[in-house]
Amino acid sequence: MIHPDEHDHGLDPDLPILTTTVERIVQWARKSAIWPAQFGLACCAIEMMAMAASRYDIARFGAEVFRGSPRQSDLMIVAGRLSRKMAPAMRRVYDQMPEPKWVISMGACASVGGVFDNYAIVQGVDQVVPVDVYVPGCPPRPESLIYGIVQLQQKILRSRA
Amino acid sequence: MDAPAVIDALGPLVSGAAYEAGASVDFATIYVPADRLVETCTALRDTPSLRFNVLLEVTAADYLPRDPRFEVVYHLLSVSRRQRLRLKVRVAETGFVPTVQGVWLSAGWLEREVWDMFGIVFDGHPDLRRLLMPEDWEGHPQRKDYPVQIEKATQTYEPLEISEAEFKANMERDRVKRTQ
Amino acid sequence: MAELRTETMTVNMGPQHPSTHGVLRLVLELDGELIQSATPTIGYLHTGIEKTAEQKKWQQVIPLVERMDYLGAQSNSLAYALCVEKLLGLEMPQRVKDIRVLIAELQRLSSHLIWLGTHSMEIGAVSMLFYAIRERELLLNINELLAGFRFFPSYIRIGGLREALPRGFHDTVNAFLDRFPTKLDEYEGLLTKNDIFLRRTEGVGVVSEEQALAWGLVGPIARAAGSDYDVRKYFPYSSYETYDFNVPTATEGDVFARYRVRMQEMRESLKICRQAIDRIAPFGEWACDDTRVVPPPKDKVYTEMEALIQHFLIYSQGFTVPAGDAYVPIEGPRGEHGTYVVSDGTNRPWRVKMRAPSFMAIQALPSLVKGGLIADVVAVIGSNDVVMGDCDR
Repeated sequence: MIHPDEHDHGLDPDLPILTTTVERIVQWARKSAIWPAQFGLACCAIEMMAMAASRYDIARFGAEVFRGSPRQSDLMIVAGRLSRKMAPAMRRVYDQMPEPKWVISMGACASVGGVFDNYAIVQGVDQVVPVDVYVPGCPPRPESLIYGIVQLQQKILRSRA
Repeated sequence: MDAPAVIDALGPLVSGAAYEAGASVDFATIYVPADRLVETCTALRDTPSLRFNVLLEVTAADYLPRDPRFEVVYHLLSVSRRQRLRLKVRVAETGFVPTVQGVWLSAGWLEREVWDMFGIVFDGHPDLRRLLMPEDWEGHPQRKDYPVQIEKATQTYEPLEISEAEFKANMERDRVKRTQ
Repeated sequence: MAELRTETMTVNMGPQHPSTHGVLRLVLELDGELIQSATPTIGYLHTGIEKTAEQKKWQQVIPLVERMDYLGAQSNSLAYALCVEKLLGLEMPQRVKDIRVLIAELQRLSSHLIWLGTHSMEIGAVSMLFYAIRERELLLNINELLAGFRFFPSYIRIGGLREALPRGFHDTVNAFLDRFPTKLDEYEGLLTKNDIFLRRTEGVGVVSEEQALAWGLVGPIARAAGSDYDVRKYFPYSSYETYDFNVPTATEGDVFARYRVRMQEMRESLKICRQAIDRIAPFGEWACDDTRVVPPPKDKVYTEMEALIQHFLIYSQGFTVPAGDAYVPIEGPRGEHGTYVVSDGTNRPWRVKMRAPSFMAIQALPSLVKGGLIADVVAVIGSNDVVMGDCDR
């Protein structure tokens, strides 16, 4: 993110100084410390736990601090099928999160309803909250979810502060 | 213990009830008339030679267009005698079944679920409300004439939004209270 | 001292709460820290699986029932497959029965590991989650070897198994079985005599045997209260009667007793797994030979017209099941998993109903937590091992 060659700061090139913009450094900080909300709905939540735990260890990507309160988190991973009864509650959790906030729709059910094309399930959580990254799978492997988080990090880095 | 044996054992305990043995591939099945259900269940639980002390499951099946339309199914277990028993109660769309919550505690939610999913009324149930579906849901999803997919906008929560003037007014009201 | 004016406080817990195991909502009436009443609300994960299953062909229901109780996935599919096989009147070869027993017991281990990890994490022992998931990954590796899928292999099918055992299956399972007992000792070393853990669990959420049976809590909860009811012993299925194992019980009926029972159950499961893996030959039958249900082998499909037609029929129309109904219980990780299936004689089920042990456990929750401390609610929910997918279906 910081390009020493592009930014000639007019000082001695041996000095340990890099120049960048405030915007970039803010976005770099945001993407490097994502705090997901501890918000599990169904089967995918177990894979989300597996992603956070021993073998896959999401701490390598700086997103291991799962917060119990939505007010302390900036990423909501919608892990599992969303029923019509749960939709208002999920929207409420989303509204309680402070800006800037992002949403990952994890799994087929959250993204499009999955195999449960019926009366009880919301056919895609994008009807309720805006989604940044969709992760396919039923449930997705932890690697897929990590890839989704890396994609989200790229998105955060590209966006304007 | 097959179905005729259960019916024979019940005969002297519940007088005049017309039981009927049902066909089954696993264990005894008997049809019980709805109005004698509670007596039958009490006898099944308390008689030492039967002692069905666990109610495992209450469910129903919708046999549209047959009449009577529904069958409520009770699965009983006798732990001490290593026996299972299935009770069936035929019920029409407008009919009702007496609750067995007084006999087995576990019937409470099971009957609520059947009401929620099939709309079968359990007479005398103290708390017959929706269990799985939202409180304001219309229809009973497990009925055969209920569609699998429905066209319905997703209900969500609308955040409380107030104008700046309202916010200031609220603050002002609050401030007056504090000085009092 | 003057009488203090006190009033009860109503606290809403869930549906989004870190320790309600999914989307359970509890409304608690509190007098200080003591619970006067608790009212559970469920249905936040109601998926309509039973309704969807009525639209599918018999074999297509297997992936759906696996997603009900997502921690005991293959217990569900085993119960469903046994139930439909009972209606069809199929008898499995011994090797298939043994493989099914092995898979069901491995599933019990992996479910109990998630229970152990989350339950102890919620009452303070956070590191347990990481240890438990470390070993669970090895079980998921076995699933992946079987079917290329970590979570829901759908390996148990009506009429047998999906395909032959993969190469290296015995080595992988044996490696796990060799490694796991020392890890179990490690878990017990961390928890069983841990003072903090004991204080959070002993005498909490007590349920008597009579009460447990009245609430229908057959399974580990009733066994921790003194009952010895276990479907594997009382109504053996899939040749469990030929295995040598004990049913662990306790009499206290509190959270700690349920912990001890489940830890012992894991050791018994290991015993069953060892016996099963020794019986299973590396090669052999993996399905019954009923051509109504199981497609003919590929070499016949390529050479014989009848086999080709049969293969086509099974995969296009599916098979029909004689009209009637059946209820088959099995001992799942959470208690009696039963499947009640009604067939009207066609290629699609008329009604599929799963008996959900978590449903019963949540129904009984208010009576377990009443009069206790608010912090104990979390311990009781964890020890009941509820899975909301199982409860709401």
